[in-house]
Amino acid sequence: MNDTNFLFVGVGGQGILTASDIVAEVGLAAGLDAKKSEIHGFSQRGGVVESHVRWGQRVGAPVAELGTVDFLVSFELLESARFVEHLRPNAVVITNTQRIIPMSVSSGGYAYPADGDIEKALRSRTDQIYRIDALAVAQELGNPRLVNTVVLGALSWHVPVDAAVWLDVISRRVPPRHLNANRQAFDTGRSS
Amino acid sequence: MRALLSGNEAIARGAYEYGVQVATGYPGTPSSEILENIARYPEIYAEWSVNEKVAMDAAIGAAYAGRRALVTMKQVGMNVASDSFFYAVYTGVKGGLLIVTADDPGMYSSQNEQDNRHYARFAKMPMVEPADSQEAKDMVGLGLELSEAWDTPVLLRTVMRISHSGSPVELGQRPPRDNSPVALERNPHKLVSTCLWARDRHPVVEDRLQRLAEYACTVSVNRIEWGDRRLGIVTSGPVYHYAHEVWPDASYLKLGLPYPLPTALIRRFADGVERLLVLEELDPFLEEQIKALGISCQGKALFPLTGELTPAVLVESAAAAGLIAAPPPLPPPLPLPGRSPVFCPGCPHRSTFYLLNRMKNVVVAGDIGCYNLGALPPFDATDTMGSMGASIGVAHGFDVANISDPFVAVIGDSTFFHAGIAPLLNIVHNGGKSTVVILDNHTTAMTGHQDHPGTAVRLGGAPATRVDIADVVQACGVHDVHRVNAFEIKAVRRALKDALAFDGPSVVLVEGPCFFVGPGPAGAYEVDPAACVACGVCFRLGCPAIVRSDEVYPANGKPQAFIDPVLCVGCDMCAQVCGPGAIHPVDEPVSGVEQ
Repeated sequence: MNDTNFLFVGVGGQGILTASDIVAEVGLAAGLDAKKSEIHGFSQRGGVVESHVRWGQRVGAPVAELGTVDFLVSFELLESARFVEHLRPNAVVITNTQRIIPMSVSSGGYAYPADGDIEKALRSRTDQIYRIDALAVAQELGNPRLVNTVVLGALSWHVPVDAAVWLDVISRRVPPRHLNANRQAFDTGRSS
Repeated sequence: MRALLSGNEAIARGAYEYGVQVATGYPGTPSSEILENIARYPEIYAEWSVNEKVAMDAAIGAAYAGRRALVTMKQVGMNVASDSFFYAVYTGVKGGLLIVTADDPGMYSSQNEQDNRHYARFAKMPMVEPADSQEAKDMVGLGLELSEAWDTPVLLRTVMRISHSGSPVELGQRPPRDNSPVALERNPHKLVSTCLWARDRHPVVEDRLQRLAEYACTVSVNRIEWGDRRLGIVTSGPVYHYAHEVWPDASYLKLGLPYPLPTALIRRFADGVERLLVLEELDPFLEEQIKALGISCQGKALFPLTGELTPAVLVESAAAAGLIAAPPPLPPPLPLPGRSPVFCPGCPHRSTFYLLNRMKNVVVAGDIGCYNLGALPPFDATDTMGSMGASIGVAHGFDVANISDPFVAVIGDSTFFHAGIAPLLNIVHNGGKSTVVILDNHTTAMTGHQDHPGTAVRLGGAPATRVDIADVVQACGVHDVHRVNAFEIKAVRRALKDALAFDGPSVVLVEGPCFFVGPGPAGAYEVDPAACVACGVCFRLGCPAIVRSDEVYPANGKPQAFIDPVLCVGCDMCAQVCGPGAIHPVDEPVSGVEQ
């Protein structure tokens, strides 16, 4: 496999760092070198979180630079547009359709961007845009915390590593009693 | 066995594998996970000390006793600890002493961007600098060996991008260590830094440094990688990997032990290349020393002094200097609303800053913690913030300067224990009249919920003696003490007003657990659209769960409030400030409305 860059973005508290940890582990389990780098700044919630994962034969820097991201995985709708400069032409974008209203919108003078504007920003770079209402899927499965597993399932469909490898890494990280729910969440995401 | 570890996890693993017996520190991003991970190894005594200086002295004491010791802090923590590591360089150690500083190029979570490599030179101690997680682990071992071999503390400098990046690490085993009681080898001429004896130590320090500089030319972590000799790059830390992304074929001198500078090695490298670049984040630490050797090189003339030198920054600067071709243009970014961090739903700090925002004339001297978000909209309450504990001293300065507006200091519980007690004593001793608001959320929240002297547990989960802040402030001589529940807005308002009116030093102790150490969520609240008059008061609480509804109130044409049931944890503050009583727990009748 060629060098592959992933960028996970969203809002603090959405499980982004766990998801990116899993993808880095999947890269290693697939026999590749892998590095990751996360920016979470303040540990309290509500700010932008970004986490980079790079796979390759030999990975140097842990950050994926502007214009080099192959897979952008956004856990929140507007955050996908914030990182459009990072995309390689024709990159895959997977975005959860959940909206988390920033304070600048709820108490400031700013508007949450219209769906069409977000879409247009992404389309300036790629047509491979996949939307998923991961929160609804997770809630249907009975636990909103399954959002990141649903999103990982959706991502896995586009990445040439066997689903069994993904599930093996996920099962090493979740408590046994949540294993079935996570497996279901992964499968639902993967087939969405 | 190989594992994906962050730099901080790797340093913790290094502490385990290289036989560290005592580890101390004070939390601070990006360093906090080092000690948290060390605490998972029962073989190592680990503690969150009350501040970085105490942590440093404790680690020095352990090293004097012959134990291998590690002390960890963020970059500005080294300022607090500096009084102590300066003396330890003179006294030397017995067991290895590794000081870990986690710097923050890019200022992702710090009040400044200081370059702590200067502390190695300033205090005259050797420094190691890893470029990834494997090196982070290995350099814990190297640092401890150097410390014991050369009888000096050793600085390990990591940066956010090492500490919070993950890469594969080969895992090893811990050698057996003897933890049985040990007698202190007494040597007052060495360990008592009175001027009479310390004077004899200074030449020892200078001689050690000179010999270490020769050793640094031979150690394997300082290595030349010959490539295309038209360009030679001297670098250290993560910039080594960034530079490889941009110049994969150049020659490199990678410095894993950059201080004291391996001068002979640098001369050899410089002689072997046509053009010499020095790539380092923040200050021209290496560049100035290399230029002082009379070697011609370029660094900060081409590359920025601030922020990280990520590949994108290197490319931009190198293209501007004509070293490489300019990259293709990128699509313009979409103008998007910002997303600053906010007080979480259920945060106990919300009431204090909601009130301080409304008390417009009150000047607020702030401090380090989550609560410095009180400086941001919608609170816009905090006027100053600089360093740990500064709020109380700065407020006292306002007092003696006789500022015309009322003022308060606002400080959190962990920060109060860290650096707030001495300035409070100072107010009392000097007859000051400041009001100090202590926000006690029962944890060190901003850095990830570490214990402190006011918590009933210590690192690792063992029970601890809980120190009551009200007892402390009374023992300091403050007698006007107002203890209030953070979740009762009226009570907090009354306490603030009473304390401000008191003619003498006063303390308002605002108590309420951080949501993440509290009892958990209560049921969500909702807004009754029939009762909401779109006055906007609840928006001033800055709660992420309270958003503008799509509905407007016809009388004023403004958007009504809506509470996101996924985010709301039922803290009740919005219901307390809602004039018409339109906010209530879901499934409960609206207050004041007859059914």
